Amino acid sequence: MLESILNIAFLAQSLRISIPYALPALGATFSERGGVVNIALEGILLISAFATTVGVFYTESVLVGILCGISAGILTALFHSIVSVTFKADQIVSGIGINLFALGITKFFCQLIFNSSSNSARIVGLEQWTFLPALPILGNPFLFCTLFLLLISHFTLFRTRFGLRLRAVGEHPEAADTLGISVDKMRHIGVLLSGAFTGLAGAWLALDQHSFTDGMAAGRGFIALAAMIIGKWTPIGAVAASLLFGFAESLSLVLQEQSNVAQLIQMIPYLLTMIILCGFIGRATAPAADGIPYEKESA
Amino acid sequence: MQTLTKLGYNIAGPVLALIISFAIGGIFIAIIGKDPLAVYSQFFSDTLGNAYGIGQVLFKATPLIFTGLASAICFRAGLFNIGAEGQLIIGAFCIAFVGNVFGILPAIFLLPLCILAGFIGGACWGIIPGLLKATFGAHEVINTIMMNFIAAALVNYFVSNVFFVPATVHTPDIVPAAHLSRLDFFFESFHGAPVNLSLFIAIGAALLLHVYLWKTSLGYELRATGLNLNAARYAGIHVERHMIGTLTLGGGLAGLAGMNFVMGYKHYFELGFSEGAGFIGIAVALLARNNPIGIVLTSIFFGILQYGSLTINTIVPKELANILQAIVILCIIVLSKVIDRHMVRLQKQSVAAEVHA
Repeated sequence: MLESILNIAFLAQSLRISIPYALPALGATFSERGGVVNIALEGILLISAFATTVGVFYTESVLVGILCGISAGILTALFHSIVSVTFKADQIVSGIGINLFALGITKFFCQLIFNSSSNSARIVGLEQWTFLPALPILGNPFLFCTLFLLLISHFTLFRTRFGLRLRAVGEHPEAADTLGISVDKMRHIGVLLSGAFTGLAGAWLALDQHSFTDGMAAGRGFIALAAMIIGKWTPIGAVAASLLFGFAESLSLVLQEQSNVAQLIQMIPYLLTMIILCGFIGRATAPAADGIPYEKESA
Repeated sequence: MQTLTKLGYNIAGPVLALIISFAIGGIFIAIIGKDPLAVYSQFFSDTLGNAYGIGQVLFKATPLIFTGLASAICFRAGLFNIGAEGQLIIGAFCIAFVGNVFGILPAIFLLPLCILAGFIGGACWGIIPGLLKATFGAHEVINTIMMNFIAAALVNYFVSNVFFVPATVHTPDIVPAAHLSRLDFFFESFHGAPVNLSLFIAIGAALLLHVYLWKTSLGYELRATGLNLNAARYAGIHVERHMIGTLTLGGGLAGLAGMNFVMGYKHYFELGFSEGAGFIGIAVALLARNNPIGIVLTSIFFGILQYGSLTINTIVPKELANILQAIVILCIIVLSKVIDRHMVRLQKQSVAAEVHA
């Protein structure tokens, strides 16, 4: 039992599982610090995974695929920011709408392009992109990319003028507005950043699996959201929580071979999130204006 | 006059949202090289043109009435219940369990017991986020999302390890005494359509909820809590009690949605049977502006979308239904914002005119 956990393959597996949690969780810190709840992460993951698959399928180029994924992520996030920032509509409902839209549109075009609404054709993956051919997962460029983005995100949020403004807009939009910061503009940027990060994660999902399958996001967007909450709306915390979830899931995969309680272990991230939200393990406090549309007093 | 204008706007919003959605859907159909008008005409003639189609539509609409009510009652109390999906599958599983295990009971006891099991199962899933909200202030949106996943994992576990038919993803059948009759038993023309008695239970629930919201003092308190939490609290309303009670009631209603499939159609619980009915319930409630009677109508509309897209599946992928439903959701929230803003402006103008006069 213990030796099946304490080995490099298990570590690699945990890291591999963590990537699609960590990237959207990082993105979500930008969106939520700016005051926009983004539960559309799930749908963005799905659409960008599909876009990546289609991009790679037609061009045979992994790079084009990744770019397709990121662009699709940004584009889908733009939907969310137009509905919730420009029109000040309910952010949760907008997210639900986009998730539903993603489920439908990916299957719709999957049927048209690949003649099956549930699977795409097989695409090339990241085999030739590893730094460590002996250990492809640890040499994975996405892993380094995630680490790099973590450092950049932390620095951007807490050490730059942009980060300060973004946080101001999420904490106290009236005050930020008074100081001449455009609340809507900052919020748009926050949401689009979360789309870009999540798009990258979607690209990873498709490349890692070598194909698109319907509903392949499989709740990862929501786990990422939970990771960001457990990480108390900070990049470092969000990634740490993602690693924790990756570890738990990896553990459940190992246990699946040995017993039948794996499905019960999959509940751990969700239970943990609920417990933390209750304030048992330190208070997790959202940005004060998170989820509240900002409407200027009309003159 | 004022109320008439308001009513007009309340209807104009949803209708406009529907028109825009069908227009965008038409663009999708045109993209893939098909004629939108031909597709839509087949869509409507197959769904509403004959009794069988109508029966199918009503079958699809039944669970949406329950989940729509589950969302609406929470919206009315100022709560966001995204947990209907989890509440639904727990409720449905409980129905399948009770309908099988207590099979020796006669129908007169077993039927109510099954329905009660569905309600209680869903209610358990609703009361937890309610309690957490009332005692710890934990946000019900995140908690109900988490409860959805916990429900899925739990039911997954039971249906693959504990209570199942080997080599399938469903539970054993419930006994015939727990079946709800199909309507073709009473009306021959529905022949073959799975619409069943749970439709009437759903409509009954909508009527009861209407009475509860507008004819009882508890309903008044609930709406007051939703409109202004602090004002309600200062008026002596136990707002925490309403948070817990409303999420519990909402959970129970969502749990009842399982009746349609388990008691009226397949007679077992199957993984993935809900097809997202819990989430679509939110759209149903929004389109009806959280009005219980309106929810019956908007559920039928979503039933048309769902069954209609199945009938045209050979021409256009059936996922068109999801796309249309999603666009309806996005349009309705944007349009209601735009219309509300317009109304406020109109009101200000009329007040200004009165002041000047």
